[in-house]
Amino acid sequence: MQRRSFLKAGLLGGLALAVGGAAYRQFRPSVAQRFALDDQGRTMLAVLIPAITGVNPDAPALAAAIDRVGAAINGLPLRVQKEISDLFGLLSMAPTRRLLAGVPAWPEATPAEVAAFLQSWRTHRTEMLQTAYHGLHDLVLGGWYVDPSSWAAIGYPGPMKELSA
Amino acid sequence: MSSPVPDPIQAGIAAGWQVIDASTLQQDRSFDADVVVVGTGAGGGVTAEILAQAGLKVLMVEEGALKSSKDFKMREADAYPSLYQESAARKTADKSINILQGRTVGGTTVVNWTSSFRTPADTLGWWQSKYGLRDYSVEGMAPWFQKMEERLHINDWPTLPNANNDLLRQGAEKLGIQTALIRRNVNGCWNLGYCGMGCPTNAKQSMLVTTIPSALEKGALLLTRARAERFTLAGSQATSLECTALTADGMEPTGRRLTLRARHFVVAGGAINSPALLLRSGAPDPHQLLGQRTFLHPVVISMGLYPQAVEAFNGAPQTVYSDHFLHTQALDGPMGYKLEVAPLHPVLGATTLSAYGVAHANLMKRFAHVQGMLALLRDGFHAEAAGGRVTLRSDGSPQLDYPLTPYFWDGARRALLTMAEIQFAAGADGVSPVHELVAQPYKRWDEARQAIAALPMQRLLTRVVSAHVMGGCAMTGDAATGVVAPDGLYRGIGNLSVHDGSLFPTSIGANPQLSIYGVTARLASGLAERLARKG
Repeated sequence: MQRRSFLKAGLLGGLALAVGGAAYRQFRPSVAQRFALDDQGRTMLAVLIPAITGVNPDAPALAAAIDRVGAAINGLPLRVQKEISDLFGLLSMAPTRRLLAGVPAWPEATPAEVAAFLQSWRTHRTEMLQTAYHGLHDLVLGGWYVDPSSWAAIGYPGPMKELSA
Repeated sequence: MSSPVPDPIQAGIAAGWQVIDASTLQQDRSFDADVVVVGTGAGGGVTAEILAQAGLKVLMVEEGALKSSKDFKMREADAYPSLYQESAARKTADKSINILQGRTVGGTTVVNWTSSFRTPADTLGWWQSKYGLRDYSVEGMAPWFQKMEERLHINDWPTLPNANNDLLRQGAEKLGIQTALIRRNVNGCWNLGYCGMGCPTNAKQSMLVTTIPSALEKGALLLTRARAERFTLAGSQATSLECTALTADGMEPTGRRLTLRARHFVVAGGAINSPALLLRSGAPDPHQLLGQRTFLHPVVISMGLYPQAVEAFNGAPQTVYSDHFLHTQALDGPMGYKLEVAPLHPVLGATTLSAYGVAHANLMKRFAHVQGMLALLRDGFHAEAAGGRVTLRSDGSPQLDYPLTPYFWDGARRALLTMAEIQFAAGADGVSPVHELVAQPYKRWDEARQAIAALPMQRLLTRVVSAHVMGGCAMTGDAATGVVAPDGLYRGIGNLSVHDGSLFPTSIGANPQLSIYGVTARLASGLAERLARKG
């Protein structure tokens, strides 16, 4: 467990997220207004999707789910897309990721480390981290269950075919 | 992409309705009309029809797109981004409350769950005694509710409630809590259960298929993908309305501008967008009331797990309710709540369930066995439930601050206890209040009772949502308490009215669509008479 990191995040989290967001925009001033899912974002989602859904899809299904999360983000107002770009940036850059989330590079994070990160943000006393958890929760679960391929496992037959074609 | 159901909107366009999609405009434009109606939801739709029937030249402005039954495919993937404000993820400023609001021609009436209640008698009585709305008595409003009930086919629902609703009835009955059946604005409903994604059969009598087509038949003009930015005010008159054309996806301005001139303007953009438009316009507000006292009927949620299938995705979404806990204390006593259920489709259900990982997957395995119960808390009747406040961000877009007070949390806890007790009484084998600290569903009522009593009631831990935004442009008898007079006119602008849910000086205490229909039908009829007299 990365308790020390969480403690630091508790003290500094809000400030770091605000300042880090600004710094991140400085590093990447050319970032488009619309959220763009880059390789780093895909790498992170490849870890977060199984961790949040509790489902372990094969590689093609995972790639499709990552695309759907990106598409869901692109349906949000540009102001919110900007916030999510900042969040993805902070969770991709090593120093801020370690400080805020207490996880190593995403592909090296163990399931226990990822779960500890999610649980920490979920109940964090810094509200900005709590809202970031809710954002990841809703985007990942929405992106997973929006697709008909997920429905058989939950006993949902889908809408009447005659009217949904 | 074919449907066996005829699409009346496509037929109307083919027959020559005047509809302009502002996203396609290549140059700035200006338009003249007798009356410009901003927004095409419950208030704007009713107003447009009544004014057009009176022979006035009406121009409707809508920031959403024109979607119709050919587009309504009962898929969350399409419905949320295309029909809702902010992809159905609009939130209060602190992100602690998620708000469902429509953003399409027909507004929220296109995506609501068809529940139709007249404004409760105790709410009207409160408005009469506290807000100087002397004419808003039960008797005074009855003809207007009746008119709109007939217009929109609001009737008792003859079909049996689905299991999701019936479990509320059964559980409440076991506990001696009275329930009743919800009336619905449908005509020839197929009982599919997808009202929230746009009705694919045109059975729901939303503004999209009733008042708006009627106004278009009478020669009204509909401008879509046009966002009302600000009124130009001169003295005590509005001279024009400046609008921005939006891209086809509604994300950003195209750069084209529209100038709308009219004798009279009606603001009906809903209780977040209407006060925001008036704030951007610098409308007179000597008592600092504009955008204040915005109400949400904040909702807390309890998920019940049953041994039998519930299939909360099938059938009319809301047909059973209980007002028992609105009447167990005084109107201005501890916060009362109305009980209803929510339809559950995969995205709505999965995102609402407060868990992640294996715990979430285990709940989803029982998705078809989940019942979703709601408690809508009645705000606006107590000093600690004074609602929220709409302000403007630096870019002019609206944001809503809505403080959740200890008074609210007391009500929320009682509501979560009530719902768990009802769900266990109806045979649930597990109950999960939607709260981040509930690790596993409670297995028995005594366990749930002790646990809920100890749960911290706190924003971002307890899930709070809203589908009913009201207030912000309060209509009152006294200029010191409201920016709108009882005839719907904005105080200080002689040719500008507000006709939507933002008028309400408190929340309604029931799903608000019929309250908006009845009140705005009355206001629009009065406006039509006054405009006819002026010639």
